[in-house]
Amino acid sequence: MADFIMPSLGADMTAGLLVAWRVEEGDHVENGDIIAEVETEKGVFEVEVYASGLVEKLLLQPGSDKVPVGTVLATINTGSAETTARPLETDTRLRVSPIARKMAAEKNIDLSLVKGTGPQGAICLADVEAGSGRGPKEKVSSSPIELKKTTDFQAGMRQAIAAAMSLSNREIPHYYLATDIDMSNALNWLKEQNRNRSIKQRLLPVVLSLKAVAKTLTKIPELNAIWVDGQLQLQKEIHIGVAIALRGGGLITPAIHHVDQLDLDQLMAALSDLINRTRTGKLRGSEMTDAGITVTNLGDLGVQTVYGVIYPPQVALIGLGKISERPWAENGMLGVRQVLTATLAADHRAGDGLLGAQFLDALNKCLQEPENL
Amino acid sequence: MTETEIRETIIRGLSLIAPEADFEELLPTENIREELDIDSFDFLNFLIGLNENLGVDIPEDDYEKLVSLDDLIKYLSTRIH
Repeated sequence: MADFIMPSLGADMTAGLLVAWRVEEGDHVENGDIIAEVETEKGVFEVEVYASGLVEKLLLQPGSDKVPVGTVLATINTGSAETTARPLETDTRLRVSPIARKMAAEKNIDLSLVKGTGPQGAICLADVEAGSGRGPKEKVSSSPIELKKTTDFQAGMRQAIAAAMSLSNREIPHYYLATDIDMSNALNWLKEQNRNRSIKQRLLPVVLSLKAVAKTLTKIPELNAIWVDGQLQLQKEIHIGVAIALRGGGLITPAIHHVDQLDLDQLMAALSDLINRTRTGKLRGSEMTDAGITVTNLGDLGVQTVYGVIYPPQVALIGLGKISERPWAENGMLGVRQVLTATLAADHRAGDGLLGAQFLDALNKCLQEPENL
Repeated sequence: MTETEIRETIIRGLSLIAPEADFEELLPTENIREELDIDSFDFLNFLIGLNENLGVDIPEDDYEKLVSLDDLIKYLSTRIH
């Protein structure tokens, strides 16, 4: 038997609204199937189920009230089959974030009774806050807790972003490194590539940068990780979150999966598709939770250097500024090159400056050989 | 195609990318990308739309020539067959 719970679609999410079911009681579901649509301050998302079996009972009907993250929404009868939930560590120690542990202690909550919804079942602050009203044997009541409704979508999104960025600043000791990358080789190569491509297939420079980040992470995997319960957990796959601005305000950072395995055309198509679906509100839950690192590209504006805030529980953020003509000194001579300033904001608990410097150095080298991306 | 028709096609394409914009307010000499807050992805999609509607393939080297509405109209009217 497995529970389908209101998922956490980001560090800032505390509650969600069940908008629609995509299954009925009695339907068979497979691990990864879309089971429901959930609305948060960031929009509406298709949410996957991580169990296989028959949908036994839908406990909540789509309604106008939000429910806390962790609320059981449906039960899945997995029968004799093992629940193919997301792989959990064999370590049976309770995974709890430091701030959740602190709040639990303050409110006298037994952590073993709290359902964890963070990465790999970790208990995060939202779980403890949700669990603070419950007794030991009590299932979540059928009448959801009334939460403040934000009728203004933009205000709601700003609240969510504010919460996440405050959390990040409070908990993560950031350090920052920057490097200037000569993009002449890369841009010349790209120009040649695009000359032979129809307008629909042209590649944008950001695609080169994303692929280069993925390639660099295969060499320096410590930055493709999440920080949970005082431990660094390296991610096995390379899913990169991309910061996408919404018209009228707001920011979402959905992930492109397996960036290292995509060629440049596939990556351009994936990025284009992601941007379109973000702006039309058709993102999936897994895109909100799977990123091991995020890249923010402010290159279209005049920003040269980006000093960003890491999105927890990730441990790094890559900032890409505007590629612009700058004076460049090399071999005792002065010239003009197309330069990109790339920054790394990294979690000092997860690594030190040397690691970050190695990463930026490797990223630079990658971008000098665009034909190998 | 008349200049008016070209202008209409352009505005239609831009409204897909910037639905909330007031195109009455957009001056023909203003920098479109800045005024409408259009990034490189949006711009590429817009050009793809023009390609589909007007049959004009715009090479990358020409992107920087297309700053304002006037620039676009002038550029396209010489290239539409």
